[in-house]
Amino acid sequence: MKMLPTVIANLFGKAATRNYPFTVRDNFEHARGELINDIKRCIFCGTCARKCPSQCLTVERDKTEGVWTLEFFACVGCGVCVDACPVSCLSQKTSHRPVAVERAVITLRGKMPERPAKKGTPGE
Amino acid sequence: MSIEALTVAPADLLAEATRLKNDGYRFVTMTSVELDQTNMEILYHFDKDLVLKNLRVAVEKGGKLPSLSGLLFGAFLVENEIRDQYALTFDGLVLDYQGKLYAETAQTASSSPFCKYHVKAEPDAKPGNQPGTQPGNQPGTQPGTQPGTQPGTQEGK
Amino acid sequence: MARTVIPFGPQHPVLPEPIHLSLVLEDERVVEALPTLGYVHRGLEMLAVKRDYNQMIQIVERVCGICSMIHSLCYCQGIEEMMGIQAPRRARMLRVVWSELHRLHSHLLWLGLFADSFGFESLFMQLWKIRERIMDLNEATTGNRVIVSVNVVGGVRADLDESQVRWIKDTLVEVEASIRSLQSTIMNDSTVCKRTKGIGVLTRQAAYDLGAAGPMLRGSGVAQDMRQLKYAGFDELNFEPVVETAGDCWARSTVRFRESLQSIDLVRQALDKLEPGDLAVKAKGKPEGEVITRVEQPRGECLYYLKGNGTNNLERVRIRTPTFANIPPLAAILPGLDFADVPVVVLSIDPCISCTER
Repeated sequence: MKMLPTVIANLFGKAATRNYPFTVRDNFEHARGELINDIKRCIFCGTCARKCPSQCLTVERDKTEGVWTLEFFACVGCGVCVDACPVSCLSQKTSHRPVAVERAVITLRGKMPERPAKKGTPGE
Repeated sequence: MSIEALTVAPADLLAEATRLKNDGYRFVTMTSVELDQTNMEILYHFDKDLVLKNLRVAVEKGGKLPSLSGLLFGAFLVENEIRDQYALTFDGLVLDYQGKLYAETAQTASSSPFCKYHVKAEPDAKPGNQPGTQPGNQPGTQPGTQPGTQPGTQEGK
Repeated sequence: MARTVIPFGPQHPVLPEPIHLSLVLEDERVVEALPTLGYVHRGLEMLAVKRDYNQMIQIVERVCGICSMIHSLCYCQGIEEMMGIQAPRRARMLRVVWSELHRLHSHLLWLGLFADSFGFESLFMQLWKIRERIMDLNEATTGNRVIVSVNVVGGVRADLDESQVRWIKDTLVEVEASIRSLQSTIMNDSTVCKRTKGIGVLTRQAAYDLGAAGPMLRGSGVAQDMRQLKYAGFDELNFEPVVETAGDCWARSTVRFRESLQSIDLVRQALDKLEPGDLAVKAKGKPEGEVITRVEQPRGECLYYLKGNGTNNLERVRIRTPTFANIPPLAAILPGLDFADVPVVVLSIDPCISCTER
């Protein structure tokens, strides 16, 4: 019986839920979602792969080309790689990746920076 | 830096724990630490008014310790866990899971999954172990310490 | 009388946690209860030898979803103590804010589940509706709803700006009002009282001797709260441990209810004491030595034993979670109960089995 005022308030109040697939709440500004790499700026240093706690990133490189691979099913969205990236080419969207039915990896290829000796500056 | 702890011989453990209990200490937990290939130590943590008192007990791998669970029932779970993970046995456990607290198959000294140094008696024979702690996955700290030291001690307890 | 053994769990309609109890019954009365674990053991402590000490932050967060922030807080404090650094004041206050928000949403979640365990569905829905506001606060300020991942060795990664502080304060006013509107239901409603009062009594002496932790201990009249250790920013905040003396399910639920109001108060105090400053100090060197840290989680006292050897990998990480301490008292209070009360009593310890097994 003690619950009655709350129940009545709920009955005549606004609905607490959203009509989900049709009404979607906006993402928060700082939400950590999908991890993206601006591969043109990436210097393939491998810091992100070393720092990643879930080891979902791998970076391979030779003299001319680098490969950045993200196993996004293993990514936990912690954002450590984003903080660690020396050239800030990693970022996170505020939305999450849509549900997928097949396991996949994201592979991005890019050219190695012209002068790798210039550490810590964006190789534009 | 290391924590303050009173070193206690296994034989005096029960007496010391009884004394602490009578002094109004609350049993918190035990911690098992692997020191090297043959030695381990067990830390017993007791608490009174937010101050921890620790006992340090040295024990050999695959060895035996008196159980506190008769005196402090709360110790049975952690003692069973240590039995599971490090294959130490405890005398007088009030509730003994026989090394099957977590895994379906009993752990022996050669398969104790949390030990870094293993006797490789049965190569990868325990499917019940959790992944990632198999003998094959040697931690990076001290490579090449494979050969075991107490091959025969795990049986007969 | 013939004895029957009834299996309880790991899948049970009212118990979302994978624990199995073999209940030996005489008629409808429990005479013995034997817990069986091992359904969610992941060996996280052992991962310390494969991941470096910074990566372990994200791993210890996954020991438990609900108190993830407090796990990493405890871990980071331990590493900081080993390295001889202290997080800046602003970071410590922010840690209080987020850890208390975690406590608040954990208690609301538990109160809801507890209501559900004796069939009070509308109270469950109501509490979870309130909890959703806290989850929004978490997501907006840190980026994730549950596993917020804000702690780093030396401080925190996220910051609150002025508008967020104001928003949190405004939301908490509404949250507090709606929690208070449920106070008489949770504490005095006859439906609730009949199922909880006098059920599963744990005496003060038994709670102390069995090593109970958190609301289980405080519900039995022992005023022990690890926040009295003044870790993080608690040294500057006023608070008294919430204590009830009855020791039954009602006392434990009341402790949690009052603690959730206390958490709101602590968040406010911490927000008021926020001053501009650094978020983190740089951690130099490698952790070496051994250290024990304790913090208060929603479920009780959590103890971390960390041992470093001067390399990137810690030698030993030992996590004693509160539920681990509360299972022996549970096994001790179940005998003598009616079978129908078992779900309520099991839930009253706030079991978190993935914490327990790690």
